[in-house]
Amino acid sequence: MKPVNFDYAAPESVADAIRLLVEARGEAKIIAGGQSLLPLLNMRMARPSLLVDLARIPGLDEVRLSDGWLEIGAMTRHAVVEAHPLVRRHAPLLAAAASFVAHHQVRNRGTIGGSTAHADPAAEEPLALLALDSELIAEGPDGAAKWPIGAFFRGPMTTALADAQVLVKLRVPCRGPSEGWAFREISRRRGDLALAAVAVWLRREDGICRDLRVALGGVADRPVRAKAAEAALRGCAWEPQIVDKTPALLEADIAPGSDVHATADYRRAVARELLVHALNEAWERVGELSPHC
Amino acid sequence: MGKERLVTIRVNGQPVEAQVEPRRSLLDFLREDAGLTGTHTGCEHGICGTCTVLVDGEAVRSCLMLAVQANGRDVFTVEGLARGEKLHPLQESFWKHHALQCGYCTPGMLIAAYDLLKRNPSPTEAQVRDALAGNICRCTGYVQIVEGVLEAAANLREKAETPHGEPSV
Repeated sequence: MKPVNFDYAAPESVADAIRLLVEARGEAKIIAGGQSLLPLLNMRMARPSLLVDLARIPGLDEVRLSDGWLEIGAMTRHAVVEAHPLVRRHAPLLAAAASFVAHHQVRNRGTIGGSTAHADPAAEEPLALLALDSELIAEGPDGAAKWPIGAFFRGPMTTALADAQVLVKLRVPCRGPSEGWAFREISRRRGDLALAAVAVWLRREDGICRDLRVALGGVADRPVRAKAAEAALRGCAWEPQIVDKTPALLEADIAPGSDVHATADYRRAVARELLVHALNEAWERVGELSPHC
Repeated sequence: MGKERLVTIRVNGQPVEAQVEPRRSLLDFLREDAGLTGTHTGCEHGICGTCTVLVDGEAVRSCLMLAVQANGRDVFTVEGLARGEKLHPLQESFWKHHALQCGYCTPGMLIAAYDLLKRNPSPTEAQVRDALAGNICRCTGYVQIVEGVLEAAANLREKAETPHGEPSV
């Protein structure tokens, strides 16, 4: 099982990478960590004429704080996202999501930008990015572009990125006081893609849920928000009878499919179950740690 | 298109140089160009774990990395564990506990276990199982592999030996 033959370039600047992508007229593929791309190449489901490797571009794997935002370079590896002190402190939901990505060997190579651009509907980090209302920054032949995460995913393995655009940075709002989070996932085996996964962010003040975002994976053609469930809880006191009704509200926002791993009904059941656990966990977690940037 | 290029990769401390096509995986580089067939070819899409090696000290799947990506880097394979005829404590305990039957998964299991003990010299059974979750064995049912890793960990702690078989760089 070998890939088709292709050429390889490892440019040392984003500008050079963009130039190579433009020159290849859609026949090139960006390689970040390669943990999703290499299987596709080996199975010849992808047949690019050129691989443009981002690994030698300095600065693309930086993690830093900037004006209340946590900025994460697109080439930051899952293992770094999982363990980085800044991520754990200011975006613990994202660090938790990263810990669910595949296995240690894959987390050592795969990157948050690669996973986000690959846009597998069951991938974990995009759920955390969605629940945290993140921004994505790309550079391309026409300059920089920015998307709110909610406008980035367009379908399975499909994003707003154009051919010669390079995702360079993810910006995550830093966790504020009174905020809670939770990440829950069920997969067939540890390290498999999620059958269903839920990421919750919320703000709790005086016993009221002031705001929340709930992102679900594995249950639609892209990461989705549980908008109806959010609306039912936003601005409300946290009453078990309200929380327990949210699973019934998922139906409008999810559209799971059946495959070899699970039926649509099973994915739906898993998502409904995970939702209540994740909501309550996020609620209880408020106050555990309330850092400021 | 796909013209060959010269790569140099240090494998178990020894530089190995070869002209390779960009599509050459690190796994095939190790087996075909370096002549080290201890690292096994399994699924070739990142599922089975038998091709696990260390790159710059970190465990990776060598089927999911290209040789050109590993150019200039340090790779550690199962061949680096033993010192001459003297087996590494992990290999000794795998032998003692019958932690292999057909042996196909063993190089990946050994490197994954070695990587775990490097990061965590006193793992619990659950931690061992978690660390080996990315490595599939179709013979043993894992029980003896886990026993082998736990005993090797204990032996290494007792002898205060470092589990590092990697050559210093």
